[in-house]
Amino acid sequence: MASELPLTAIAAPTKGAAGRTGLWRTERPVIDYSKCVGCLLCWLYCPEGAVVRRGDGGVEIDYDYCKGCGICANECPAKAIAMVEEGVG
Amino acid sequence: MARAVLSGNEAVALGVKLARVQVVAAYPITPQTTIVEKIAEYVDRGELKARFITVESEHSAMAACVGAAAGGARAFTATSSQGLLYMSEMVFWAAGARLPIVMAVVNRAVAPPWSIWCDHNDALSQRDAGWIQLWAESAQEALDMVIQAYRVAEDERVLLPAMVNLDGFLLSHAYEPVDAPEQALVDRFLPEKTPAPYWIDPSNPRSYGTIAAPDTYMEFRYKVQEAMENAARVIEEVDEEWGKLTGRRYGGLIERYRCDDAEVGLILAGSWAGDAKEAADALRRKGLRVGVIRLRATRPFPAERLAEAVEGMDAVAVVDRSLSPGLPSVLAAEVKAALYDRARRPLVKGFIAGLGGRDVTPLDFARIVELTLKSLKEGVGGVECYGLRGGGGGDG
Repeated sequence: MASELPLTAIAAPTKGAAGRTGLWRTERPVIDYSKCVGCLLCWLYCPEGAVVRRGDGGVEIDYDYCKGCGICANECPAKAIAMVEEGVG
Repeated sequence: MARAVLSGNEAVALGVKLARVQVVAAYPITPQTTIVEKIAEYVDRGELKARFITVESEHSAMAACVGAAAGGARAFTATSSQGLLYMSEMVFWAAGARLPIVMAVVNRAVAPPWSIWCDHNDALSQRDAGWIQLWAESAQEALDMVIQAYRVAEDERVLLPAMVNLDGFLLSHAYEPVDAPEQALVDRFLPEKTPAPYWIDPSNPRSYGTIAAPDTYMEFRYKVQEAMENAARVIEEVDEEWGKLTGRRYGGLIERYRCDDAEVGLILAGSWAGDAKEAADALRRKGLRVGVIRLRATRPFPAERLAEAVEGMDAVAVVDRSLSPGLPSVLAAEVKAALYDRARRPLVKGFIAGLGGRDVTPLDFARIVELTLKSLKEGVGGVECYGLRGGGGGDG
């Protein structure tokens, strides 16, 4: 066991090293694109990097890793993000 | 080789220069300060091509060394007493991160009460950090030990930081003739550092010092133990090689002085070994066969070498310049532990002496031998605080 490990604790950046953390979510953020002004504050504030910028400059949620903390919805100045209970709607 | 008259601290600084250290980060504290002052002069004059980082604390000094070493540089710092304690968190970090930093610790008592004088409790407080702990007897050895320490620390079988201890004032500020090795000789002995096997590389991003869950933490800690076991061999190899190059071989993990036929041994670390040797010579002239075992390393603890050295002795006195309240002698306890499994072992008597810079002379060592023989007659070891005001201080 010991010989398989490096000398000290080192990790390479890996997407989803802790598993699909999106499964922890009880509420999911849903973007109303008709209200979105493209300010990117949700992208900036997301602590998980789960707000992803699309090629066209818009944003979308990576539901595999979004834990549903609601920070994006709270920060959105256009009130374009709603938190919706999982399994509803 | 050029002969110079240097203080212990100047000898350390010269060792750092000859080792071509690349990053020095330090905060001043008595009695260490003149080491980094001298290094700052070397850097200022362009004699040492190093980055000298002035920091706001010892914690930051070690943090800067950690960063430098993780970046592949040969790093150095020096401290004493309170400074070492303030640095403590990063001291453990350097070892766990397996970074071959060398640090001079100019041993000084820990406050309160305030004291600037020699005492080994400061280094002892970091005993379990995972640092190699080496102890110099002379200015010459302090210089040689800095260079040896980098070779040991950077050896791929080891990759641990190393602490070079030298006694505050007794060694740090005392001037002695010192042979300075030629740069070319040191360059052959200590080649340019290769940043192996882990280092910060922006083109290959990694997180260092990540969390280890209960399923791996123990293995990482055990690797430090394995590296320490390797260090015991490497310290001996490196000392032997240095001896061939310079004529100065110190004995590896321990120095044995007149031990082969000795009835009584004095076991200790640091500059007062000179006084102990003088006492051994004087007692031998009176017909008592006394030897001295000087610990050059306390981590790794030289249990095997100690057991070999005390073979045939009836009693040994472990003279400890530190006190662990409630024990009270870590050094005596460790010597006893090293000998416990032996079928035949001498009586081990511990002495706490010289705390806070109290002078211990050859006459004191002769008295310590006398007290040890008395204990041998009574068949009781134990630990005694030697020279305590008002007497007492023994636990049997």
